Amino acid sequence: MSRLDHATLFIDPQRCIGCQACVQACSECPSHDGVSMIHLDEVHRATTVQTAPSVCMHCEDPACVAVCPADAIHKDAHGVVHTAATERCIGCANCVLACPFGVPKHDTRTELMTKCDLCYDRTSRDLRPMCATVCPSGALFYGTREEVEDERQARPIDVFDIGGQAVRTRVAYMLPAHETVLHVAEPAGPRRSVAETCLEEALW
Amino acid sequence: MGRLPAPLADLQARYGPHLEYAPPGGFAARGEPDRRVQTHCCFCGQQCGVTLAVKDEKVIAVEPWEEFPFNQGKLCPKGVKRYLQSNHRDRLTRPLVRTGRGFAPIPWDEALDIVAERIERLQRLHGPDAMAVLSGASLTNEKAYLMGKFARLAVGTRHIDYNGRLCMVAAGAANLKAFGIDRAANPWADIPLTDLVLVTGANVSECSPITTDYIWRARDRGAKVIVIDPRLTPIARTADLYLPVKPGHDSALMNAILHGVIRLGGVDERFVEAHTTGFDAVRETVAGYAPEAVEHLVGVPAHRIEQAARMWTQAPRTMLLHARGIEHHTKGVENVLSCINLVLATGRIGRPGCGYATITGQGNGQGAREHGQRCNQLPGARDIENPAHRAEIATFWGVPEATLPGKGATAPEIVALAHRGEVRGLLSLCFNPLVSLPDARFTREALERLDFFVAIDFFMSETARHADLILPGSLHEEDDGTVTNVEGRVIRIRKAVDPPGEARRDWEIICAIAARLGKESLFRFDSSEAIFEELRRASRGGLADYSGITWKKIEERMGVFWPCPSIDHPGTPRLFEGGRFAHPGGRARFHAVEHRPPADDVDAAYPIRLTTGRVVSQFLSGNQTRRIGPLVDQYPEPLLEMHPILAGRLGIRDGERVRVRSRRDAIELRAQVVATIRPDTVFVPYHWPGEQSVNRLTHRSYDPVAGIPEFKVSAVRIERLDEVAP
Repeated sequence: MSRLDHATLFIDPQRCIGCQACVQACSECPSHDGVSMIHLDEVHRATTVQTAPSVCMHCEDPACVAVCPADAIHKDAHGVVHTAATERCIGCANCVLACPFGVPKHDTRTELMTKCDLCYDRTSRDLRPMCATVCPSGALFYGTREEVEDERQARPIDVFDIGGQAVRTRVAYMLPAHETVLHVAEPAGPRRSVAETCLEEALW
Repeated sequence: MGRLPAPLADLQARYGPHLEYAPPGGFAARGEPDRRVQTHCCFCGQQCGVTLAVKDEKVIAVEPWEEFPFNQGKLCPKGVKRYLQSNHRDRLTRPLVRTGRGFAPIPWDEALDIVAERIERLQRLHGPDAMAVLSGASLTNEKAYLMGKFARLAVGTRHIDYNGRLCMVAAGAANLKAFGIDRAANPWADIPLTDLVLVTGANVSECSPITTDYIWRARDRGAKVIVIDPRLTPIARTADLYLPVKPGHDSALMNAILHGVIRLGGVDERFVEAHTTGFDAVRETVAGYAPEAVEHLVGVPAHRIEQAARMWTQAPRTMLLHARGIEHHTKGVENVLSCINLVLATGRIGRPGCGYATITGQGNGQGAREHGQRCNQLPGARDIENPAHRAEIATFWGVPEATLPGKGATAPEIVALAHRGEVRGLLSLCFNPLVSLPDARFTREALERLDFFVAIDFFMSETARHADLILPGSLHEEDDGTVTNVEGRVIRIRKAVDPPGEARRDWEIICAIAARLGKESLFRFDSSEAIFEELRRASRGGLADYSGITWKKIEERMGVFWPCPSIDHPGTPRLFEGGRFAHPGGRARFHAVEHRPPADDVDAAYPIRLTTGRVVSQFLSGNQTRRIGPLVDQYPEPLLEMHPILAGRLGIRDGERVRVRSRRDAIELRAQVVATIRPDTVFVPYHWPGEQSVNRLTHRSYDPVAGIPEFKVSAVRIERLDEVAP
């Protein structure tokens, strides 16, 4: 049995240091040479050094697959949602618009959609994805749910409430240990971290 | 002779920096490698294990080396893209001589003859010390050892020093004073075992990225994290406590924390009594640093200082980590001692999960400071002014003790001697002082005044452009050797490919020059391993004892921690177990430290504190990383980081180009307005030359003991330009 049947990526933005090792490593992959399928987002640099990597979440019921008019996007038996098959993709960008996580990118040069395929070249051979192998902070972890729960205090979640609709994913986010629900957009504005409070108190 | 031999644009067009983006022949042509070589990253002191993929005798990729225990495959972006320095179009492959219009290739024999002839003539006219040698901390242990021996015995000058002067020397001097030995006290495996990590003056996420994971592994066990830094760095973002210290006030803050710990009864009186000396003076000194008395001085409110003291006191095990943030000061040694005082007073050292370390910055930041390429040092971390140490090494080398030169000038002092005309000739390897030393205009003037300058380099650095001769040396992946990582673990650097064209291994060049200077019998090495064999025997009985380490042993054990005094000794991952320190008598020494203001302090004309540092995608003076396209794209130019309160007061918008002026010079940069820095402080990274060089603003003020420059505090003012960037 392949490890791919049990293992997946876990993303912990708490740990992310914005170094882009994941982006640089992804761009080294032989199947998409020189181009990264993982993206690193600065959340709001004016106020925070928070960054977060985004990979394909590999949804249980992927919107990108549903909206593709050319049947170019395939979810396999491992639950991996593959990048659009080049011979079928018509570059319509329906998937780009439909994805609730903003993952697929439309390459205007080749008129094709590209996205993360869970490093299928490596993971199908029981190697860890490049991004999670090099990530120096552990913000990207590849393994089983049991392994990540055993090693860490943060808890994995794989259900997202997006506009009232529950989206289940194969890739999980890590929720800080004391949280049960994480509101991506806080109703009362972003909460202040201890560090931010400490900096505001600085005497000068 | 040292003015640029051609217009800058011409030199840049020919020698770069140009940007490389893809492996030889492009990504599509890469294919399966012919072989894989397990070695280490060529950049920082973490020395992550990497696998280099080689095809057709070219390095074509980096692959993770997951079995190496320190980093287990983890890398930063520099480590991933380092292979792009191999096969680079800017690579120097032939010896070059300065001509009226630039540089021209010459044969090796001719180049080496010129070097020997010019050194001899210059020393005949002006004395042996008119020739100086500058060396580097990215060099292997073998080369570091060779450079010290070469300068003292072949050139016969007392002036040799290295760019670790800009990196490790404050921590090294303080460790020596306090512990009697200069090495990280604990292996990194102790970090995940601790209950509290205190990180001060270390932008871990950008300068030693994989240490981030060690800290999080501690957190997953329930450990707390305190970060002290004027900038809210990525490691500070999630900290349990963050103290935004005012630049230049670290020892006062650390004294205040210790004051708080004493008030809480947190002193380990039994440990202090049994294993240390000098605590009474420290207790007396820190009595004057009550948190409420110094809160405005250090820029952190008293209740936060007290919180830090409480957290430290309550944690059974602690790890204190620091780096250049507290060390790049005219009181760098004192800042480090103030940290060690806290560690010793609470007995938090020499146990699993409990200890202290400075985070070395350069690739061989640890090993390159042990084998005798420092101005005051002989192999085995011996003291060049200690008669017994001198006699040991003179006997070992088979030379009369009286012929061994004495203590020389530090690297910045060597540049100042060149500026004054006392040093007339320079040989440099692995050092780019024009970018890395403070007050760059002064450094350029000094280079321009040299009678003779020979640079050994793989790329033409900004400094090498001023040379009379440039000898093409070797990249990290083109030679075998060892380095000593941040933990004191000696590890193997393996050759992946041969130097290209006519380029030679650095040690071969040095030995060839020594031979022409008539010292062939002392420099008869047929391999890098032969140099290591001499090095380890020379270190026997010294503080940094490598005598029980061999290349084979390193390979079998994935590294060996020094001290390792015999072949059957397993090495020493953790120092000071059982409270035994390296001073005679075995006791650690406290040093009372009073706060002193920084040398270039703020006033009405220059009211803002400038501090400098690194970004994750560049390394040191950038001679390698400014040629690697994906790294340059990640952070293309130095930005002036400033708080919106300061920007608002000055009427500056995010992205606007502004002029930053110090008492030395002025440069123009784009402002990055961010709320993650103290409002009275601005930050600029230092990896760039010329118009973008923040070291044009920094000042030539040094720690009186260690000679490290005060990069972390300069007084500046910020001026708006007429034009506004779109």
